[in-house]
Amino acid sequence: MESKTLFDKIWDAHVVKKVEDGPDVLYIDKHLIHEVTSPVAFLGLEKRGLKVFRPENTIATPDHNVPTIEQHLSIKDELSRTQVETLTSNCEKHGIRLYGLNHPWHGIVHVIGPELGITQPGMTMVCGDSHTSTHGAFGTVAFGIGTSEVEMVLASQCIMQPKPKKMKISVDGELKKGVTAKDIALYIISQISTSGGTGHFIEFAGSAITSLSMEGRMTLCNMSIECGARGGLIAPDETTFDYVKGREYAPKGEEWDKALAYWETLKTDDDAVFDTEFSFDAADIEPMITYGTNPGMGIGVTQYIPTGSGLEGSDKLTFENSLQYMGFKPGDKIGGHPIDYVFVGSCTNGRIEDLRAFADFIKGKKKAGNVTAWIVPGSKQVEKAAREEGLVEILEAAGFELRQPGCSACLAMNDDKIPEGKYAVATSNRNFEGRQGPGARTLLASPLTAAACAITGVITDPRKFLG
Amino acid sequence: MAYDKFITLRSQAVPLPIENVDTDQIIPARFLKAVERKGFGDNLFRDWRYDKNGQEKAGFPLNDKKYSGKILVGGKNFGSGSSREHAAWAIYDYGFRVVVSSFFADIFKNNALNNGLLPVVVTPMFLQDIFNEIEKDPQSEFEVNLEEQKFTIIATGKSIDFEINTYKKHCLANGLDDIDYLVAIKEDIEEFEKAR
Ligand code: SF4
Repeated sequence: MESKTLFDKIWDAHVVKKVEDGPDVLYIDKHLIHEVTSPVAFLGLEKRGLKVFRPENTIATPDHNVPTIEQHLSIKDELSRTQVETLTSNCEKHGIRLYGLNHPWHGIVHVIGPELGITQPGMTMVCGDSHTSTHGAFGTVAFGIGTSEVEMVLASQCIMQPKPKKMKISVDGELKKGVTAKDIALYIISQISTSGGTGHFIEFAGSAITSLSMEGRMTLCNMSIECGARGGLIAPDETTFDYVKGREYAPKGEEWDKALAYWETLKTDDDAVFDTEFSFDAADIEPMITYGTNPGMGIGVTQYIPTGSGLEGSDKLTFENSLQYMGFKPGDKIGGHPIDYVFVGSCTNGRIEDLRAFADFIKGKKKAGNVTAWIVPGSKQVEKAAREEGLVEILEAAGFELRQPGCSACLAMNDDKIPEGKYAVATSNRNFEGRQGPGARTLLASPLTAAACAITGVITDPRKFLG
Repeated sequence: MAYDKFITLRSQAVPLPIENVDTDQIIPARFLKAVERKGFGDNLFRDWRYDKNGQEKAGFPLNDKKYSGKILVGGKNFGSGSSREHAAWAIYDYGFRVVVSSFFADIFKNNALNNGLLPVVVTPMFLQDIFNEIEKDPQSEFEVNLEEQKFTIIATGKSIDFEINTYKKHCLANGLDDIDYLVAIKEDIEEFEKAR
């Protein structure tokens, strides 16, 4: 039999039909929807007089627009409220499960999927949001789609896609103290650039990857889209199975045994070939921070901003514009630069381990006076765990407060906007111009680095405090 | 039927000789809060077309009466950035049926094809020829022949072949989209579900 990669195995098992000189018809196991990219899809469906084909396989939650305080009140922004209400009525009309505001399972789509055991190895999953790649952590082929494709999945449980190429990225060795999954992600993107993965689906492998927790793996796969890839996945193992077991939607009893037997086969064959391969040494990775306006513009937190010498033409112009937007000078040391905001949250780093890491770090210390901090849990369940574990008291004693779940300042569609010209150390995934509000200056980093910056008020290497 | 059938198109063209036109410029994020696919054409290139007070900015090609037509001609790397499909909607809703460039961002190209908007890739030299022709005579016409996959500058008779896969070509020519196709193969999908 032909040798296959893990990606091939999952993809090929879901091809309903191959269109000659065209895309594959790919069957989708689970479809997540939210309020921003679904309303036009439902309208399209209705215009064609179609019903949702498999309503049980779509799960909905409003996350992009929702406020992160006073969620029990009606949403103030009229357009946001209309989008959220439209999601609710569409779900009611079409028999789709919705975890709405204030539901104990409400949260960011990519946080609640894994949390509820909806995400399982070997599945195909899509959502009208590019960070659907998060679910790849489970050995799942998961990727973001456009609104037409949301309509396709609603209408037929399928989408039409050409099969991407395959890339392997290995990271071997032991991670140094203070270095997290987020740093691996930012490091890889800084090395292969924001277009290094274009046209590919990535498999992450190597000892530094398999030693990550499930949540760390999610952070890494979440960011795979930022190097231009369609998505990224990691072969499922004991860590994966332990995480899924017992969750709400996970298979139970005999079903579990059957599922597990299949999941254990989900590995790349020894002699399978990738179109592109990279390998990195874990020992080379430092706590990372970005200095520019795309996620590929990242450096170790103790390093100097590149000088840009050697760049030419439009690359040079892009680099200069980017630094100008950020208010940084080429060759400057990034450490010690004052900051104004800290945002901990998003589907990249808004899970309980992230809040634990942050709380652990700031325990017994005080928030710097010049810093406004927004700590936003990724879901209601994360919020609940943070309360039960006493993280909220630790945060409050240090001058921080825990907000309510949602995408929040990750894309600033709600009121959580960073003001123009202000510096925000953010644990989210995109530092594009204006992403966190018009004129906002975003520096992407891990929750640990964010914690160090929050208590010192300047860009700080977290290792200084780690003994 | 999802959109108009694409038959051979003969039209003037609107030039936009700017590189790396990203989807945030095509349709700014603040217009993504809509729940209907309506009015996106009005906000196409919003911040380039209008100033803060909603007044048209002079000099932007879409505001220049001498240009019109169903063909938009853009610079290299058209449609980069966020994957928002609203970008393709906005261009289509404004009235364009064809976008010409020497390079398109992947996702934009797909989104365009999914919405009845034909992306035509030409060589950088040919792109320059088109810009030159429009500059010489803004009324100049172009022909897009989908069947023969040919783009022609009528005035000079110069033409170039463009690529499109057989499936997408069939869809465009018949005004069908992927959803029509998927609905039509429902039985295959049900078979697939049973066989798993
Ligand atoms: S947290 Fe950010 S990246 Fe994640 S789903 Fe929300 S907007 Fe998208």
